[in-house]
Amino acid sequence: MSRLTVLYFASLRDAAGVASETVEADGADLRALYDALRARHGFALPVERLRVAVDGAFARWDEAPRAGSEVAFIPPVSGG
Amino acid sequence: MARFRLSEHAFEIAPLRRRLLSDRAGAFASFEGWVRDHHGGRAVAGLRYQSYAALAEAEGERVLEEALEKFAIVEACCVHRVGELAIGELAVWVGVSAAHRDAAFDACRYIIDETKRRVPIWKHERYADGEADWLHPEPP
Repeated sequence: MSRLTVLYFASLRDAAGVASETVEADGADLRALYDALRARHGFALPVERLRVAVDGAFARWDEAPRAGSEVAFIPPVSGG
Repeated sequence: MARFRLSEHAFEIAPLRRRLLSDRAGAFASFEGWVRDHHGGRAVAGLRYQSYAALAEAEGERVLEEALEKFAIVEACCVHRVGELAIGELAVWVGVSAAHRDAAFDACRYIIDETKRRVPIWKHERYADGEADWLHPEPP
């Protein structure tokens, strides 16, 4: 069990109702963490449409959640 | 000094252009993205950009470093607005100086395309009919 902070942006932030929260990650990897939070908050976007970042750098979905880290879920971007 | 930055307020272009001046440059190309009053056939009343600032600045900086490696340019810079924007406002500015125009145009195109594709910034559009939505485009 890893206690970490997750950051939400754009439609994920609206669906979660918060910009960030502290969660207990009990899955094997970041993909499992997103799937669990998607089920909790009702995120429309599947994991395949997102990127993930850990502590401010892009990361891989198969990385294990690390206690004390900051995990950001990055929905498809629309700047410019 | 950072080549890519986010700005919470309207910004002046002249100082950015001045940063690109060089005796080695014979060409300058720039791109401006403006807030348009329609999207996908709907009337847009205004928009808001949200970013993951730390990663947006790091990834934007990488885009500009790549442009400096890929193209024969002298200097480049990009500023992207965040926060509330009205129709007609400047949303993003890209400027590139180079010895010759081909590299300046190509690098300018690369920077805006990669910024739109990779930098974690999201557009929230408010429509004239009262609805509003985040844009999460499908990959091309």
